[in-house]
Amino acid sequence: MTTTRQPITRRRFWFFEFYRSAVGKKWVMAVTGLILIGYLLAHMVGNLKMYLSPEAINAYGESLRDLGGHLVPRTHLLWIMRIGLVVATYFHLHSATTLTLLNRRSRPDKYDERHYAAANYASRTMIWGGVIIAAFVVFHLADLTWGWGGAEFVRGMPYENMVASFSRLPVALFYIIANLLLGVHLYHGAWSLFQSIGINNPRFNEWRRWFAYGISAVIVIGNISFPIAVQAGIVG
Amino acid sequence: MDLTLRVWRQSGPGDKGRFEEYPAPGIASHMSFLEMLDIVNERLTLAGVEPIAFDHDCREGICGTCGLMIDGRPHGPWEGTATCQLHMREYHDGDTITIEPWRAKGFPHIKDLVVDRRAFDRIVEAGGYITVSAGSAPDANLIPIPKEAAEYAMDAAACIGCGACVAACPNGAAQLFVAAKYSHLSLLPQGQPERWSRAEAMVDTMEHYFGSCSNHGECEAACPKNISLDFIALLNRDYIRAKWKNRRLAGQS
Amino acid sequence: MQLNARIPEGPIQDKWANRRFDLKLVAPHNRRRFEVIVVGTGLAGAAAAATLGAAGYHVKAFTYHDSTRRAHSIAAQGGINAAKDYHGEGDSIYRLFYDTVKGGDYRSREANVYRLAEVSNEIIDQCVAQGVPFAREYGGLLHNRSFGGAQVSRTFYARGQTGQQLLLGSYQALAREVGQGTVELFTHTEMLDVVVVDGRAAGIVVRDLETGAITSHSAHVVILATGGYSNAFYLSTNAMACNTTAIWRAHRKGALFANPAFTQIHPTCIPASDETQSKLTLMSESLRNDGRIWVSKTAGDHRAPAEIAEGERDYYLERRYPAYGNLTPRDVASRAAKVVVDEGKGVGELRNGVYLDFEEAIGRLGRDVIEARYGNLFEMYERITGEDPYRVPMRIYPAPHYTMGGLWVDYDLMSTIPGLFVAGEANFSDHGANRLGASALMQGLADGYFVLPYTVAGHLAGMLGEAPVPTTHPAFVAAVAEVEDRLGRLLVANGSRTVDWFHRELGKIMIEHCGMARSAEGLRQALAEIPPLREEFHRDVRVLGDNESMNQSLERAGRVIDFFELAELMCRDALYREESCGGHFRVEHQTPEGEALRNDDDFAHVAAWGWEGEGAEPSLTKEELEFESVALAQRSYK
Repeated sequence: MTTTRQPITRRRFWFFEFYRSAVGKKWVMAVTGLILIGYLLAHMVGNLKMYLSPEAINAYGESLRDLGGHLVPRTHLLWIMRIGLVVATYFHLHSATTLTLLNRRSRPDKYDERHYAAANYASRTMIWGGVIIAAFVVFHLADLTWGWGGAEFVRGMPYENMVASFSRLPVALFYIIANLLLGVHLYHGAWSLFQSIGINNPRFNEWRRWFAYGISAVIVIGNISFPIAVQAGIVG
Repeated sequence: MDLTLRVWRQSGPGDKGRFEEYPAPGIASHMSFLEMLDIVNERLTLAGVEPIAFDHDCREGICGTCGLMIDGRPHGPWEGTATCQLHMREYHDGDTITIEPWRAKGFPHIKDLVVDRRAFDRIVEAGGYITVSAGSAPDANLIPIPKEAAEYAMDAAACIGCGACVAACPNGAAQLFVAAKYSHLSLLPQGQPERWSRAEAMVDTMEHYFGSCSNHGECEAACPKNISLDFIALLNRDYIRAKWKNRRLAGQS
Repeated sequence: MQLNARIPEGPIQDKWANRRFDLKLVAPHNRRRFEVIVVGTGLAGAAAAATLGAAGYHVKAFTYHDSTRRAHSIAAQGGINAAKDYHGEGDSIYRLFYDTVKGGDYRSREANVYRLAEVSNEIIDQCVAQGVPFAREYGGLLHNRSFGGAQVSRTFYARGQTGQQLLLGSYQALAREVGQGTVELFTHTEMLDVVVVDGRAAGIVVRDLETGAITSHSAHVVILATGGYSNAFYLSTNAMACNTTAIWRAHRKGALFANPAFTQIHPTCIPASDETQSKLTLMSESLRNDGRIWVSKTAGDHRAPAEIAEGERDYYLERRYPAYGNLTPRDVASRAAKVVVDEGKGVGELRNGVYLDFEEAIGRLGRDVIEARYGNLFEMYERITGEDPYRVPMRIYPAPHYTMGGLWVDYDLMSTIPGLFVAGEANFSDHGANRLGASALMQGLADGYFVLPYTVAGHLAGMLGEAPVPTTHPAFVAAVAEVEDRLGRLLVANGSRTVDWFHRELGKIMIEHCGMARSAEGLRQALAEIPPLREEFHRDVRVLGDNESMNQSLERAGRVIDFFELAELMCRDALYREESCGGHFRVEHQTPEGEALRNDDDFAHVAAWGWEGEGAEPSLTKEELEFESVALAQRSYK
């Protein structure tokens, strides 16, 4: 058997070269994941204002549109952030899809028997967890942003919209289940992103696990508290 | 003890392959797993059945030739152990053992339990070396290397290139192998001049054959030399850095 | 036949420099016109192929492994010697040379050994530059340890994996050349014959182990770096595939085979557990730095080691050799173990071992230090035996390990077939009758990196303008046909016994009569038993499958054929050599204390055997050994 060589020809604009590689895609997935985690955290913290008073959260919603104060026209900064979020989500999904397809091709034959030693539920359900979360996000936007959800929807009144939506038990349950799945997804993602970006120091590596546990717990507990509070009648 | 083997038989890349069951009576507990296979093969030969092809050579866990998926675990149930070092005292009378080859696109099938792992060599050929022609090296003690760095490089260099990491990876990725070879060289001062081109060349070649790492950690668990996932982080970081490094300005770093 | 070793003129320190100056050079632009074949890609082969490829020759490298990183050089554990004297102990090139000649029991060629010692320092420099992670001290400089047969610490090591790390160094160097296209690599390709045209090496015949295809390749020179033949004993520390076919086929084509009886039995291996054992595992000799070897003073003492009190133990190496103690050379330590086991003092279930005990060292240095030094070896031992050596002493026994004999080569490492070079363990050149620990890696790399690139160039310079013999030449066609015929006969025999059965039977004869202690009577018996067994093999072997795809039984059968013929020559040489020296111990020739007794008057020579045809007595040619720098003396490690 003689040797054959595969010439490596990658001479493009650096980002395309970089993004074409799987390691580059993983980096993009990690960075966009970090952006999305940041958004989720801010979103959850903002919504906690629900517990202060209806006015507090409605004012918070309004002030998001006023971001940037008098420096930029009203809602422009919010739109820039939204576009950023959409771009991050797009790349997160695109890299996930292409890498999953690549990985399927790289392991065409299944083992008859396989006992996993390290891979866990979280790491092995990333793609399906991701798909369900994406579907949930669409529903969630339709329900509480665009007002297609069927419940009484009044633009600019997040408190009332939320209470109206979560008062329906199936919606509340779906929301809770989706957030639990999100937690599982976040747990592997928040740990894994350190590896993908290459942030690694054996002295602090244990903290990466705690960070992943912490961030997913905080976001999930915060998020599911809303439908529970509505259902329990604490808010409403 | 009396055992039953379920072994993957496949005459070549064109064959679909199937499991065959073979009885393995009278196996002693002090035998190694491969000695058990030797005995089964001798009996098969005498019975007129072509013996099972499997890869092995040094039988002391260092050459990296052997590699079987045993009951769904690469190299079998013992942690940090190559197939050849697994011994039959692990098993009990009446057990059935399922034996499969490594399965990954990067490892095309050759025969029965033998696969082609030469993609690993292509990756090393792309950059897994330090260029130094014979006779041109300076005195060995010219550059002191902190003991910790030398030891850590050795941790990575302990890789035997068996391919268990690829076999274990649900994505058929070779990140742990490549990270080990890359880290070994790039942690040492001698490896610095070619560091960034090495990162790019090795990763790009790797991706030609293998899937991508999604940080399951199966590779680390399967590795007979307990190579750490930490090296994968180093490889990823260096690949990213290599993309924006301006080598003319990077100097020694 | 007259043997001319072509040792350069001048004082021993200048010989290599003189030769390098005298050798003709090939200009860089002419190098690509030369074809070089390298068979075997362990330390010597990979280093030679990489260096010649980098120099600009057109190199083809062949290995039967799937990757060049699998060669058995990888299994060397302990280390590699060099005369760096980094620790101010009075070491020098001359002392390394002296120790190696003495360790080889004065049966090696002085000039070769001096050159080996001379380039040893360059090897370390080369390896460090390649990124070999040798052990270091906290100050960042290289650390050394001591090894059997030396009173200085001159051994460089990388944990217990020195061979692996050095092989990865040369593997990487070779991989680089393959990647650059200067070396064409053929993996899973086994050499099955050498082609000789007009008395010169013209090429080789190979078999693709995946497809069975038999092809031939021609070149200006052929380098064999195919390792040793310890597997003639069946059970040895060698890898399963290690074989003699390449050098044996070269021998049959006219290359003389030197000192085939010089085999080394390594003292520290794990004893065999039963008949089904497929190989023996070596535990690094470095263990003898801290471990103490003992047996009970009384024969038939079956108590557990902990129950045997200090006063009832016989630390026989320390008792017999107070100066070197547990660090006596390998041949001495192995024979001493055989003596106590033969006296019925063996330990373990089968009474076939001696204790290697770390209790004292753990008490003195602490478990952590012992773990840092030998942790991986202890783990390996526990995996194999199921016993924890931190608590129970290890059981060890000698096992065939290395063969000092090999194809005869001159100072330039060229065999008696012009154009056929032999490197590493495959040649006979540097270790005499016994190899010191940590010297095999040194020799492999010396030959590959620092000797062959000069001497092969010198040979090629005389061939400028000549094209290699085309593979359509009748000699190539005949060689291919012969190989096809040889394999075909194996496939049709369809007898009643497996290849391994025959190999095991051969091994039993060899270890019994041509192992650690040899007698004229036993050797004659072996010579009477081997030919019928070989006949039976050809008649009664069963090799299933075909030659169209991977067929591991067929591969093994082809190797065992050659082991049969070699085994006979080993016994013949052992019978011829009426003396005891190094690893060759003839019971008829020993001192009253049981030490080896050399016969310098009659046997201070290399016995080089020539093939005279199947069934014919081999011819003997002698190369007298001249000792100008080291005075012949009885070895003493007391």
